[in-house]
Amino acid sequence: MIQVLFFFFAALAVGAAINVLVQKHVLYCALSLIFMLTAVSVLFILLRADFLAVIQVIVYAGAIMVLFTFVIMLLNLPADEDGADRLRWLKFIGIPLGLFLLFLIISTLWNVEPPRAPSTQLVGSPQAIGTSLFSDYLLPFELTSLLILIALIGAVVFAKKDL
Amino acid sequence: MTEYFTSRDFIVVIVKIVVIFGGVMGALAYLTWIERKVSARIQMRPGPTRVGPFGLLQPIADGLKFLFKEDVIPTNANTFLYVAAPVVSLIAALLSFSVIPFGPWLQVTDLSVGLLFIFAIGSLGVYGIALGGWASNSKYPLMGAMRSAAQMISYELSLTFSIVGVLLIANSLSLAQLVASQQSTWLGFIPRWNIFLQPVAFVVYICSAVAETNRTPFDLAESEQELVAGWHTEYSSLKFAMFMLAEYANIVTVSALATIMFLGGWSGPLFGPGWLQAALPTVWFVTKVFIFIFFYVVLRWTVPRFRYDQLMKFGWKVLLPLSLANILVTSFVVAIS
Repeated sequence: MIQVLFFFFAALAVGAAINVLVQKHVLYCALSLIFMLTAVSVLFILLRADFLAVIQVIVYAGAIMVLFTFVIMLLNLPADEDGADRLRWLKFIGIPLGLFLLFLIISTLWNVEPPRAPSTQLVGSPQAIGTSLFSDYLLPFELTSLLILIALIGAVVFAKKDL
Repeated sequence: MTEYFTSRDFIVVIVKIVVIFGGVMGALAYLTWIERKVSARIQMRPGPTRVGPFGLLQPIADGLKFLFKEDVIPTNANTFLYVAAPVVSLIAALLSFSVIPFGPWLQVTDLSVGLLFIFAIGSLGVYGIALGGWASNSKYPLMGAMRSAAQMISYELSLTFSIVGVLLIANSLSLAQLVASQQSTWLGFIPRWNIFLQPVAFVVYICSAVAETNRTPFDLAESEQELVAGWHTEYSSLKFAMFMLAEYANIVTVSALATIMFLGGWSGPLFGPGWLQAALPTVWFVTKVFIFIFFYVVLRWTVPRFRYDQLMKFGWKVLLPLSLANILVTSFVVAIS
């Protein structure tokens, strides 16, 4: 049952990810990306990481992508017809870089131990994540918060020129 | 795998889904009747009276009318997204009912992160409105969708923050456990409901919930004097009905959440024979939810609309600091005790 669900949603996620690249219209790209993120969150649920799955939807699909979609809608960008021509020289950089990324992914996956069967317990429970965030990963957590705070203040300064 | 589909668990889940879905859809249809009746009484009118006794068959007549109306798709609309938007809205609105405990046994599934699940689904509901407004390719819907999304994003903050206090007290994100934590009483007669522990959070939640459901006094997204009908101006027939159902479903969801978090969910006095004891929790739950719904309906027809800048100021400068202060005080008290 879980395997059927896994292959179904994995296929959905991959399909949506490819669609992000293939689509000409920016809005369709953004919507496919939302679809992909939601499908990935189902994969998290199958790995018994409910909290991560829900946070994935709230943060990425619900918050960040909403802003993306809004900018696209407000600018009302036309479908990207002749963009490929202008960026032709990018192919010469893009193909080697893509191959390099592919090599990195494959070499990493090669060394990964075979995945264990998903445990029956909730490994990604809010308690577990909270405890590890505030003990093992306290410094990165606080630094990230500081970074976000700086970005927030920066955004306010940009938006309001006469403070 | 076939064993699962014939097992008792599976059948129980299916029965629960059918009961809850049917009950919710019926309630949604009759919410339109309640809204029309109450608004009519407030404005000294009789309201719907022609179809059935007290106009009770009016929702069915309305449904039939929606079915047979011409389904208009504007010429320059983006057809795919135009059709998809109401579906997204309705699915997002109905999905949250899968985790709401209507009674001790009447809950489809109790997720360990049920509360967050509802907020996640709710945050996806914004796309229905945004896409509907954009795909119509018309000025009023676009304005309405923009306003609505800005409003929903702003008020989602205080809505989410207002419940953190409750979570700190209950120490759980599961809705069933939230209800269970409010079962006992103080001094034998005062129910141990969070509304007494978290009055500030309750007020913040109620205000933000009105804004989240886009209703007066926060219905800037569809203020008819300026924007005709906001994001669903171009919609007709069944697609409009789907938007309206989604709107009412959202009202039921926020009312149910308020009941679960602040009024003890299905808790209430149990008495009588066995079958009554089994049914009473659901009765209490539905009663509490309807009190909230009634409050929202009366609010809609008695309070004038905010101005847009007032709305944003209220959200960011009043509700958000209040909810943050509430979290601070609650965490201190929880940490000390």
